[in-house]
Amino acid sequence: MYALVDCNNFYASCERVFQPHLNNKPIAILSNNDGCVISRSDEAKELGLPMGAPAFKYKSFFAEKSIHVFSSNYPLYGDMSTRVMNILRQFTPLVEHYSIDEAFLKFDVDKATDYTSVGKQIKERVFKWTGMPISIGIARTKALTKVANKIAKKYKDRTNGVYVIDAEEKRIKALRWIAIESVWGIGRGHSKRLQSKGVKTAFDFTLLSDVWVRSEMGVTGLRLKKDLEGQPTLELENDVTAPKKAIATTRSFEYTYSNLDNLKERISTFAGSCAEKLRKQHSSCNFMYVFLKSDRHKADEEQHRGGLLVTLPYPTDSSLTLVKYAVNAVEGIYKYGIKYKKAGVIVSGLVPTNARQLDMFLEEDPKHHSLMKIIDGINNKYGTLKIKIANQDLKRTWKMRQEHLSPRYTTNIDEIIRVK
Amino acid sequence: MDDKKRNLQFFKPDKTTRSSLELVDGGISAGFPSPAEDFKETRIDLNKELIKNTEATFYARVSGQSMEGAGLDDGDLLIIDKSLEPIDGKIAVCFIDGEFTVKRLKIGKEGLLLMPENKKYKPLKIEEENKLIIWGIVTYVIKKV
Repeated sequence: MYALVDCNNFYASCERVFQPHLNNKPIAILSNNDGCVISRSDEAKELGLPMGAPAFKYKSFFAEKSIHVFSSNYPLYGDMSTRVMNILRQFTPLVEHYSIDEAFLKFDVDKATDYTSVGKQIKERVFKWTGMPISIGIARTKALTKVANKIAKKYKDRTNGVYVIDAEEKRIKALRWIAIESVWGIGRGHSKRLQSKGVKTAFDFTLLSDVWVRSEMGVTGLRLKKDLEGQPTLELENDVTAPKKAIATTRSFEYTYSNLDNLKERISTFAGSCAEKLRKQHSSCNFMYVFLKSDRHKADEEQHRGGLLVTLPYPTDSSLTLVKYAVNAVEGIYKYGIKYKKAGVIVSGLVPTNARQLDMFLEEDPKHHSLMKIIDGINNKYGTLKIKIANQDLKRTWKMRQEHLSPRYTTNIDEIIRVK
Repeated sequence: MDDKKRNLQFFKPDKTTRSSLELVDGGISAGFPSPAEDFKETRIDLNKELIKNTEATFYARVSGQSMEGAGLDDGDLLIIDKSLEPIDGKIAVCFIDGEFTVKRLKIGKEGLLLMPENKKYKPLKIEEENKLIIWGIVTYVIKKV
């Protein structure tokens, strides 16, 4: 059996643990740089606050409706997520950390197990120990746990946040209930095409022929169909120890940049940060994607979104190498006169560093490896980014806009709660 | 290209097998072996001693003197375990009427009382209309002396 555990309105709930007076009050969390709404409490959803609402446009909306607004506090969210995941691991060692607030669990099949009570136990323990409310869907396959979880959330009063699909009638009922566009793994393109074919629910989808699904939606589509039919096809991706497949560092800027040097500095920092993340998980990358974007909310300004995929001559985790290629890429993408609002570096094609193929003539200077080790060591010891690449302007104290930041209650001793 | 270079041959190391040598711990020395070697233990680790449940442990700073009788002074650091049950006599961090407070729980016939340990403060009887959350149980207080 599989379970999908999902934290309810995760970011908002993290804030509420340390500010309980916000229970039952509308809360909105903004993205990095206070750009747009990325998480809403149920109350904020009911007030009609859309996901992705740009903060500057909704300032008066927040005030009128008394919505409590927070900048994203990733140190807090990250720590709360770790706590929840570690508690889940006490119930089964097979846990897939699917996202910051979601995890798939796998239980060895035991017919005698009362999964509803297991779900309740998990929910109670997580809430008691961390204050985090969660919803749990349990079923024979991963895709079905997603549906079960939606039911648990939608009918909170009846399910108490735990729903188990453990019988054929329940499976069919659940699949008839869920609209095709809400099914996990069905993108917008596929759902439109399916709808035009008369497929309205997940159940309709399972009635299609395997051949059609295979040819129209590929093997991924077919796997999903099998999973929804109750045949476990999608395996737990045991990313507990497995390294990430791609690593990204992207940011929206507080102000826009139209100066090439400023953008080179930002991109150098992002590339350096990607390299550092690579080294942390002992991976090297084969590709690097660099992009620049203008502010799409400013319709009156000239827009430009450009990106470049760089194929690296050899897999690397060196900050020096990545920064060098990233800066070259920026020069290629940059258009004069554009006000850029967002930029990023994404590295992919990851291979374990100790297994990367050696190429005698292209291999980077082996000194990079020991140099990076020393840099990481010093940065770890004396705080982040004491040592930077020269492209990264040392005098610039570039700061994210975080006007509504809550304290880092669990990661900084000067910011813990005060009790009278 | 001259002949010497053309005749250069490259060899790749065979990494299919692995041989390793035992690491001799304690080093090789000509003097006496350390008599403490066999009795080594890990150092005292306060994290291990003071925290029983890391996932449920949080910290708070005491503000004010309402619990001075229990040894909780302004500025002290509290270790809080959310996983523990609130039982009579325990010191708990509670959230009541919009703020965090630390008091001793008194659970008896008259219901739940939050007991300060300072004559200047009065016990607080919890009524229906008080929105009370017993947030966690205080397990240790750390103070600078």
